[in-house]
Amino acid sequence: MKTFTYEKPATPEAAVKDIDTVGAKFIAGGTNLLDLMKLQVETPDKLVDISRLDLAKIEEREDGGLTIGALVPNSDLAADRRVVAKYEVLSRALLAGASGQLRNKASTGGNLLQRTRCYYFYDTAAACNKREPGSGCSAIGGFNRILAVLGTSEHCIATHPSDMAVAMRALDATIVTLKADGDRRRISIHDFYRLPGDTPQIENALEAGELITHIELPAPPKGKQEYRKVRDRASYAFALVSIAAVVDVQDGVIASASLAFGGLGPMPWRNPAVEAALVGKAPSDAVFEAAATALLADAKGYGSNDFKIPLARRTLIATLRNVTGA
Amino acid sequence: MSMFGLGTTNSLTMDTPHPDSLLDTGVQGVIGKPLDRIDGPLKVTGTATYAAEYQFANMAYGVLVGTKISAGKVVSIDVEAVKSIPGVIDVVTDFDRFIRVAAQGGATDAPTQGVKDIAFFGQIVAIVLAESFEVARDAAARLPIVYDVSEGQYDFAAHRDETRTPPDDATPAHFKQGDVDKAMAEAAVTIDSTYVTPSQNSAAMEPHASTAVWEEDGSLSLYGAYQMPTSDAQQLAKSLGLPEKKVRIIARYIGGGFGSKLGIAPESVAAAIAAKQLGRPVKAVMSRPQVFEATVRRSNTEQRVRLAADASGKLSAIGHETLASNQSTEDYFEPAGSGTHMLYGGENRLITHELVDMNFVVSGSMRAPGEAVGMLALEGAMDELAEKLDMDPIELRKRNDPKIDPEKDVPYSSRNLTRALDEGAKKFGWDKRQKAGTRREGEWLIGMGVAGAVRGNMLMESSAKVEIHPDGSATVSSAMTDIGTGSYTILAQIASEILGIPVANITMALGDTNDPPAAGSGGSWGAASSGTAVYLACEMLRGKIAKAMGVDEDGLTLKDGNAIGDNRSTPIGELVGKGLEATGHVKPGKQEKETTQAGFGAHFAEVAVNVVTGETRVRRMLGSFAAGRVLNAKTARSQCLGGMTFGIGTALTEDLVHDTRTGKLVNHDLGEYHVPANADVPQMDVHFVDERDIHANPIHAKGIGELGISGAGAAVANAVYNATGIRVREFPITLDKLLDQLPAV
Repeated sequence: MKTFTYEKPATPEAAVKDIDTVGAKFIAGGTNLLDLMKLQVETPDKLVDISRLDLAKIEEREDGGLTIGALVPNSDLAADRRVVAKYEVLSRALLAGASGQLRNKASTGGNLLQRTRCYYFYDTAAACNKREPGSGCSAIGGFNRILAVLGTSEHCIATHPSDMAVAMRALDATIVTLKADGDRRRISIHDFYRLPGDTPQIENALEAGELITHIELPAPPKGKQEYRKVRDRASYAFALVSIAAVVDVQDGVIASASLAFGGLGPMPWRNPAVEAALVGKAPSDAVFEAAATALLADAKGYGSNDFKIPLARRTLIATLRNVTGA
Repeated sequence: MSMFGLGTTNSLTMDTPHPDSLLDTGVQGVIGKPLDRIDGPLKVTGTATYAAEYQFANMAYGVLVGTKISAGKVVSIDVEAVKSIPGVIDVVTDFDRFIRVAAQGGATDAPTQGVKDIAFFGQIVAIVLAESFEVARDAAARLPIVYDVSEGQYDFAAHRDETRTPPDDATPAHFKQGDVDKAMAEAAVTIDSTYVTPSQNSAAMEPHASTAVWEEDGSLSLYGAYQMPTSDAQQLAKSLGLPEKKVRIIARYIGGGFGSKLGIAPESVAAAIAAKQLGRPVKAVMSRPQVFEATVRRSNTEQRVRLAADASGKLSAIGHETLASNQSTEDYFEPAGSGTHMLYGGENRLITHELVDMNFVVSGSMRAPGEAVGMLALEGAMDELAEKLDMDPIELRKRNDPKIDPEKDVPYSSRNLTRALDEGAKKFGWDKRQKAGTRREGEWLIGMGVAGAVRGNMLMESSAKVEIHPDGSATVSSAMTDIGTGSYTILAQIASEILGIPVANITMALGDTNDPPAAGSGGSWGAASSGTAVYLACEMLRGKIAKAMGVDEDGLTLKDGNAIGDNRSTPIGELVGKGLEATGHVKPGKQEKETTQAGFGAHFAEVAVNVVTGETRVRRMLGSFAAGRVLNAKTARSQCLGGMTFGIGTALTEDLVHDTRTGKLVNHDLGEYHVPANADVPQMDVHFVDERDIHANPIHAKGIGELGISGAGAAVANAVYNATGIRVREFPITLDKLLDQLPAV
């Protein structure tokens, strides 16, 4: 860990002013950043500790949705009665993630910004375009069991590791930010993440020094919700494949469907073609197969993660059966 | 045995059976009782001091530096480049004396030294010293090292045909009896299967750590996390070029070892050399990646198992041929066939081990070396044979339960495989097991599996001193360790039972080489070896108390701090003058050759395999063990539960992956090297078969901890087969290995 300076601002406005150097970073729970700093994958000159800011409330909005403070701990969000009752997929996704201790410490905003768990990203002796642009990708041709099969590029095949963000994407969340100049932005989660392309070090739409202050959920969706996570051990393991599903069946026909996927791509994955294959159809295995085909049409395995493609197909079909009752 | 009352040492060489035990005649009533660990409160209050927690005035913090390449030479280390960092004191390297590999357990020589030549990724070549840990870590990460890179061997599959034969040392690598090929050709039913197991890491919670302090007399005190301080001190002395008497190791508490702390690891020598050079105490704690990269691993194996049987299931041949890996300079091999020598009959036998040289961290002993992975193959193959014979796998095992050792023509000291199978089957509900692939609950395929358990029993030369003080309390001291197993507690119970002194009045002093030497903790020999040393010391003290009281030993009863005999009762403290002491000393003898000694047992597992995803979750397990006398029902059970949990990891999750291009460990932390989490460990039960072993030692106990793992993974794997009808022979059984054979969704 490199020596750094430390600030503890009292307000969000002060926090974004404290982020005044290229090497400065916000820290909340620190459940990911501290690990990366110990390994010198991240070497900030300055930490701006936002953990004590007044951003830890969950509030109902007039439109029936929720505004979640960026510092609400994952444990609290998962246990919130409104979340459990109306956004079950989010509660379940949160509880499927990490461990109890980590969830107590991890913040909602920080969870969205988790770095990949690619083995080679964490290994400073390995080439990694995300860590050191232009150095190459050790994961391609290496051991890539947990890495991506969708949205990859020749420069990076990392996955986004969050469970929570997958549910947020299925729920059409909006990310609210504050910039150093005092401007606020509202960014749809669908526009928030970036594909790696030839700049895998750029992972999201945040500008330098921009602080996530809240996450907004729209009014609760109709239909059944499910979060299914497939993993190598029963807890404290990242998803090999996960699915956040919100599907509404009316009069024997799928009226709406919202499906997001973890473990498959560099971002919480959502593909309108999957939902288009379902909406307006009567639930059936053939329809589910078509949705899986739409999801995986462009999937590409890299050797040790090839199994994710059939695994995703099987898991999607089973999940759709559950949520539609078919 | 020396005469009581003369001298202060009571020695026993285990040449003859020892049918009488003071643990049977003692009336204190603590032996076998589920006493809480006496060190428990210290641990849960954070006041048990571990190696990394000692503080000394003027102590410097050391962070080790490992190589970033896997084969070649160190050309130069640019020490000056980091010395300017504020807080950095120095960078210490010693290309000749730093140890390249961790020592093997019990070795009395230095391990391979010399770190200029690089044999594996992460080899420790320097230690950075600073005024704070954080500064040392930063400087260590930035230390420039120039390498001369050469080609290495990183892909086991690519080199598997380039074998060498390890020498037949303490563990013979080769055994042949009769003609397995011929028996296979003539048999009614045969199995010829190859099982593959990956490298593993012990993954003890406490990382390796040493704090080195040079005393004024030129001796070294090393506060370390070590399982076998007596031999560790010898290894350390040899590595540093010191007389053995000049090295003291203190290891009061150890946060798990599982074999990885049997021998000294690189941080000990580096800390000692750095402390000498600086003239200051030095603390060196390995990071988690360094523990994975630079201490010791269990070798990967490829095991061919052949079984030949007649139509009734009676074995005529067993072949168990193992390929394992190690560095080219190291001869240790994973003895995967060791349980196969003892478990089943069959007159034609071939058990061999060959090595493939790899540029990986040294391979050595990890919990139940040999049996832990060897029984995945043997007991998997037995399950295959039962299936082929259409026979209950328990019945198959019972039919091959030999009366005497099938290789040595000597009796077993005690052997209750059949009882362990039968009693376990009844408790587990084995009769509800269905044919493979026929039981389903919703999305889950349910199956049950069984495996035999065997683990060789060892008695190791050990000693312990017991003192009785005038206030009636006692102190037990020895260079024995408690690595989390319960040694503190069971040794106190043995002393309490024989001396009639309540456990609360016994002070335990373990983990210091200034106390009588002991074999320490490893190979599940600790309880029997150090337990016997304590027994012998107490036996002698009992004689002295009888003499002081003027009664026959036969007529003496010791209970609750009182000596009772000849219609008198006297507090023990009043009979010891200024204090009495005795040292017990045991070493193995002829009994080791005249009987074959092992713990036996049976593992039962019920698993659920998700028909959609292939995820396997263990639903329940039962271990049924015959391990001689149980000294503490709680700590013994906990040992077995820990072993069974290791079995779950071995079967389903643990896989130390090397990048075949570079030799680097890909998953060198607890996030990605998957040991079972709490949610993976279901309801587990332990059953002990009532047994005494009079050939093993005077306390009649056999090793227990490793019996809990030996066979456990095989029971899980056999249950996966019973659930799905899919036989996975490449461990761990991760979902991708089942997926393409599961029914379509």
